[in-house]
This record gives sequence, structure tokens and C-alpha cells, in this order.
Amino acid sequence: MARPDPDDVELELFIRALQLRHGYDFSGYARASLKRRVQGLAIARQCQTIGELTTRVLHDDGLLPSVIAGLSVPVSEMFRNPFVFKALADDVFPVLASYPHINIWQAGCARGEEVYTLAILLEEAGLYERTQIYATDFNDAALAQAQEGIFPVAEARAWSENYRAAGGSASLSDYWHARYEHLKLDERLKRNITFANHNLVADGVFCEAHLILCRNVLIYFTNELQDRVLGLFRHSLVRGGYLVLGNKESIAFAASAAEFCEFDARARIYRLGAVPA
Amino acid sequence: MPGPASMVSTAVVLGCSTGGLRALSTLLAALRPDLAVPVIVVCHRSQDDDDALFVELLARHSALPVVEAGEREPARPGRVHVAPSGYHLLLEADGRFMLSVDPRVRHVRPSVDVLFESAAEVHGAGLLAAILTGANDDGADGLLAVRRHRGYAVVQDPAEAEAPQMPQAALKHAGADAVIGLIRLAALINERCR
Ligand SMILES: C[S@@+](CC[C@H](N)C(=O)[O-])C[C@H]1O[C@@H](n2cnc3c(N)ncnc32)[C@H](O)[C@@H]1O
Repeated sequence: MARPDPDDVELELFIRALQLRHGYDFSGYARASLKRRVQGLAIARQCQTIGELTTRVLHDDGLLPSVIAGLSVPVSEMFRNPFVFKALADDVFPVLASYPHINIWQAGCARGEEVYTLAILLEEAGLYERTQIYATDFNDAALAQAQEGIFPVAEARAWSENYRAAGGSASLSDYWHARYEHLKLDERLKRNITFANHNLVADGVFCEAHLILCRNVLIYFTNELQDRVLGLFRHSLVRGGYLVLGNKESIAFAASAAEFCEFDARARIYRLGAVPA
Repeated sequence: MPGPASMVSTAVVLGCSTGGLRALSTLLAALRPDLAVPVIVVCHRSQDDDDALFVELLARHSALPVVEAGEREPARPGRVHVAPSGYHLLLEADGRFMLSVDPRVRHVRPSVDVLFESAAEVHGAGLLAAILTGANDDGADGLLAVRRHRGYAVVQDPAEAEAPQMPQAALKHAGADAVIGLIRLAALINERCR
């Protein structure tokens, strides 16, 4: 038997320490990318090894927020993969329109790029007034930024192109003011959004949703954790509710996937259970 | 120490950028169709969502089936797995692929460094890694990781490469076990991966 690599042992001990001391459980995260991020954190804090970082995290509670922020990957875009949002507006919104009140949960909202994308789409479809969006993440720093709705102006061009490709009917710049190298999104877009801390590993059902958007979050989870979170989504969705995953995500290895049927395979849009008549 | 020709590799990883499609086409056409190990490729591309076309173009000349590397799927012997654009591709300890949208590394995603480093941890001395044509310095750190894990490191002869910068950067930073052209690289892979 080959002995395990010392770095891998240190990674497991780090995970265990975060769990025992701080109650954050990363044991269900895929190891290869988690290891890269933990090593990155160690280097940024001048630690020679992950073991050194573990000691610091155990004895300095002040370090925890920046560690959580470092393990989270709040990388996103507005209208990322435009065809997905076009499919939502064209094929899913007409069905949502039949509900008097619409609940949407966006899980893993990062700095809010996608939740504002949804708000704009719903506004343009005339559905926003009767919609409540819950935008959740476990990274408080990212949530605070999401709540502000301020982004670097460097993103403007790419996001505007995405918006047009998604079939946007106005100009994306109608929704923000560009000042001091920043884009500040229209305050009105926030009126039906609730931002909240929710950890997919530990927290449970909190709403009955017609649509759940959780893109590029489960890609960080092992098959077991992915399956558990899909179970959470199943219990949070109304019958016939929609689930949108990231473009390259596969749920083929999760038992809970049996409850979902493919609605738009390319856009990774699934529907819970049998379609109601 | 046994000579390289007597050694056996358990996986092949390839990294390239500018000129990559042409180089890969030449290389894949010269591989044995019964190759016993997986071939995993990161090639930088400019545009998102052209994955299907890229795979199709590569498959036209390849001796082996070419597929997009699928999240959670195992790397399979005798197949060429291509990293999708916009995602880092990593190999897990159980030989399955995972994707991430972590920030770009050296301005690129997928990053050759990320693939090579994770593959080096899984395959160790069994990894055969090659840096081909490209106009940046991605892959240099990755090749160093491969060498630290005692894998076999190849750099395409910069004189032959359409864009010599990536091979040169890798050579300078990591060195190599062989600096050869694509046809000799194909022969080397065929020899070590029967
Ligand atoms: C790569 S971003 C995805 C952003 C956006 N959905 C997109 O696709 O552009 C992943 C997000 O998932 C969040 N996340 C990771 N693990 C989580 C967990 N256990 N609970 C809640 N959010 C989590 C991270 O904090 C990060 O903001």
C-alpha cells in the first residue's frame, strides 16, 4: 500500500479542524480544487504548510471570515451563458406567469451578478412585481457586496454583449449608472430580492420555490454532497418546479436526479416530477 | 534507473494554445488506435461555447475517439478528453474529472497548470506530460509539478512549434526529459502506453 501524501493528510486535518472548532463542514467538497484553494490560503498567509494554516485557524477566530471567503469562489458574470437566460425567458417564464405569486431561489449567488440578471429578465417579462427572489450564499463578504450591487466598470462591455445575446429588449446600461470606474445597479432592481446567508451543506428548506437557480456550485461537491443538495432542492420545489444548473454540470451520478426530468438539456434546465396537466 | 523507453505511462496530458488545433491534429493522427491510457488535453481557445466544434475538428484526424471531458466521468483508456472552454479541468484521486470556475490562472481558464498539477498528484511517475505550441507561459508551473512527482516531461521542440513561447517558458522553468517534434512525441507515447 502506498502511503498517503503528507499534504493530503494535512488537508484532511484542516477540514476536520474547521468542522470541530468552527462548525463549517467542507468534507463533501471535491478534493483537487479544494486543495488548490487551501494551499492558496496558506501561501497568502505566509504559512509553509497547510498544517501551519490549521494551527492559525484553530487559535485565531478572527481569521475565519477570510478563510471562508477564500474557500468560496464568488466568480460570476451577468447573463453568463446568454442562451440559458434566453431559454428561461422564452420557455420557463410563460409557465411561471400562470402562478399568482412566484418564488425564486438563487443558491450560491456570489456577488449578485445572476440575481440581478434574473431581476432584469423578470422586469422585462412583466413578472417582477409578483416575484420574490431569495439570493443565498455562505460567504458573508460576497453577500454584502451583492447587496450593494456595485461592479467594476471593466465588466460593462462583456455583460452588455451577454445581455444582447440573451435577447434583452433594452440596453443593459439602462439598468446602471457608471461612476468612478464602477457600475451601480438601479436600486429598484433590489425591491423584491432578499439576500440571506444559507449554507447548502448544513441548512434546510426555507421556502417553496417555483424556480431554483444553482449554477456552478455543485461542481465543487462530491457525488454524495451533490446528491444531498439535490434532495434539498427537491423538497424546496413545487411540483413541476424548475431547477437550473451550470452548463457543464452532470447529475448522472446522483440518485436524487431520478426525481427530475430534463426540460432543456443544453441549458441544464430540469423539472421536478411529472409535468402537471 | 531504467531508461525512459522501458518505462510505462498510465496517462498522457497535453497542454497547448496558439497553433494547438494543428499540432494536436498532427499528434493525434499518429497515435496507435489501441492506446492503453487516457489522453487529456487543455487547449486555450478564445471563444466560449465552441466546444462541440473543437471536438469535431480534432476528431477528424485523430486515431482515437475524441470527447469533451465530462464532469464526474472517468478518464478512459484509448480516448482523448478535451477540457471544455471556460472551466478548469482537474483530475480527482479516483481518476474522475472535476471542473471548476475558480479564477483564471495566468490569465487563462482552462489552465494547463491546473490540469498538470492535479494529474501529477494522481499519476505520479506514471504521468507523461507534454507542452506544445503556445504564445504564453501557462504550463511551466504544471510541468515543474509533473517533474517533482517524477513524471515524464516532454516539451515540443520550440524550433518546430508554431508559437515557441510556451515550450520555451516550460523549458526554462521546469526543464524536460525530452525536447522533440510531434512525430517523435507520438512514437514515444505509443511506446510507453501500449
Ligand atoms: C462559482 S460561484 C457561482 C456563481 C454563479 N451562480 C454563477 O454560476 O455565475 C459559486 C458560489 O457558491 C457558493 N458556495 C459554495 N459552497 C456553498 C455552500 N456550501 N453553501 C452556499 N453557497 C456555497 C460560493 O460562495 C460562491 O459564491
